Amino acid sequence: MSEKKPPVWLRIYTFLVYLYIYIPIIILVIFSFNNQKLNITWKGFTTQWYAVLFHDRLVQLATRNTLIIALVSTAIATIIGTLAALAMQRYRFPGYDASEALMYIPIVIPEVVMGISLLVFFVLLNMKLGLVTITLSHIAFNIPFVALVVRARLHGYDNSIDEAAMDLGANEMTTFWRVTLPTIMPGILAGAMLALTLSLDDYVITYFTAGPGSTTLPLRVFSMVRFMVTPEVNALSTIWVLIVFVILLIGQLARNRRA
Amino acid sequence: MKTYRVASLLTVLVLLAAACTPAAAPTEAPPAPAPTEPPQPATTSAGGPAPTSPASAEPTLAKPTSTELNLYGWSDYVPQQLLDDFSAEYGIKVNYDTYSSNEEMLAKLQAGASGYDLVIPSDYTVTAMLNQDLLQPIDLAQIPNFKNLDPRFTNKGYDPGNKYTIPYQWGTTALAYDKTKVPFEPKSWADLWDPKFKGRLVMLDDEREVTGMALQTLGLDKNSTDPAQLDQAKQKMVELKPNIVLFNSDDPETSLITGETWAGLVYNGNAALARQQDPDIEYICPKEGCGLWFDNLAVPKSAPHADAAMAFMNFMLEPKESILITQEFPYSNPNKEALEYLKANDPSTYESYTAFSATNPPDDFLARAVEVKDVGAATTLYDQLWTDFKGQ
Repeated sequence: MSEKKPPVWLRIYTFLVYLYIYIPIIILVIFSFNNQKLNITWKGFTTQWYAVLFHDRLVQLATRNTLIIALVSTAIATIIGTLAALAMQRYRFPGYDASEALMYIPIVIPEVVMGISLLVFFVLLNMKLGLVTITLSHIAFNIPFVALVVRARLHGYDNSIDEAAMDLGANEMTTFWRVTLPTIMPGILAGAMLALTLSLDDYVITYFTAGPGSTTLPLRVFSMVRFMVTPEVNALSTIWVLIVFVILLIGQLARNRRA
Repeated sequence: MKTYRVASLLTVLVLLAAACTPAAAPTEAPPAPAPTEPPQPATTSAGGPAPTSPASAEPTLAKPTSTELNLYGWSDYVPQQLLDDFSAEYGIKVNYDTYSSNEEMLAKLQAGASGYDLVIPSDYTVTAMLNQDLLQPIDLAQIPNFKNLDPRFTNKGYDPGNKYTIPYQWGTTALAYDKTKVPFEPKSWADLWDPKFKGRLVMLDDEREVTGMALQTLGLDKNSTDPAQLDQAKQKMVELKPNIVLFNSDDPETSLITGETWAGLVYNGNAALARQQDPDIEYICPKEGCGLWFDNLAVPKSAPHADAAMAFMNFMLEPKESILITQEFPYSNPNKEALEYLKANDPSTYESYTAFSATNPPDDFLARAVEVKDVGAATTLYDQLWTDFKGQ
């Protein structure tokens, strides 16, 4: 990395962009301490909403569901998506273009269409709606996103490295684990993060495939908007932001130590 | 060697898939279903000990055998205390899932989703659900507390004889305004067309309510399906457009409180919330008319625990439990016994409930309130009208 310092105008511009991104979040955090249920104007400082959150079983259940679904669907979708990307990059077969188009359809079609068709599908199979159906749906729409990201990373991947490894005596499994995978790992991680975000955030598809007792956080919060978004939601968001910050901080420190 | 490995991997995957198929297993996936049980927390209900209500002592009432109830309703529309009391009384665990609009719930049930025991449709949604045979009849003999309801709110057009629904909460959609900000006190919808209201009105983002209001202003039927009349209504609405600065069905009261808007078509709940923050907010039914809505408890055809649903309907109508709804939410309660109970046990809430027209509209107000009725195929006319109107 070059040692040149960026010019002042660039630094100011960067600062403004960060401000633009973070001001809403800062306001969100500040208003989680607002002493007014409707949360329209600032009426004084209070921590009561964190106490309300602590006792809100519905929100806790929703959070738990969201995390389980997100982690499981991300894990499985990342594996399948990566394998799909590798296959598309390495092989050509009859129906290649059709396969590629089919794979990317979930990215393009409206979520409502996908949600309802998944619901009809599960009903046809007589499956009980619940965490399992939501997870399967999330895996379904996450696979193409992971595949897309990993394919981008694989573009320009030099297959001769693999061939060299195999010439040197490694079998296919070893080549995959010791050579290919570490090289494309940044792409896989990026794909996994995207899948995680999409899953945590998803509303429409989750709505249609959810069953009794399997409410997720987006479903819960969105339906609160109908009547009243109390600062309890702000409190929940503040805690999420804090957790993400801490994780990123730890990740950064770990990377600095290793460097 | 290679093909052998591929074959074995495929076999493993197929076996895994077979093992993981849910089949008819009633229990959920490995993570234990919500570990939250319904024990009673330290807070006891204000009334102290809960005497067994006369209803549950009657020998003719069947005790529900189900141990779970899947409630599907609007968010924060059923008080947690009510659910906890129900769980304590019957030992039935309540799962409360939420949706954010009637249309969403209808779409999901239409597509075949099952597992819900109790839903909370609005009046016109009940009509739509009955047309599609999505609800099962309820047995009023199992719901003796039905007698607690105000007869003005039972046996309505969308469900004559209450064969399928019990009214849960009701309200109106009418004109709210800040009396210190408006240039003159509006008495009719037509007043809002005055250029003095330019950029100062908020409207519900609801095609039926706003179009209905325009139809009423023209002296026509709020639920008209006549294309000529709808066209007239559209012209009227377009004339009003410069005065409307905000379309909001979620929290129109916010703009009234902050002063961004001075008046508008809102739900009674919004008006009540606005009044809590700003005592200058008034809520009237203009002389041309206003809106009326009912939210009802209903049981979908595919309900796995219909007996628990009936028990809940009966339980919810007990005055002691019904007042929990009124104490927590700014809507009107159709249970007249509950209101009497409220007067005796929580006079301050009763005071504020009866004082404001948003929760307790006077008779002449109610006389002019008209429900939104399901118009079947004509819905597309309204959709088109609304799209054109919004696009102007």
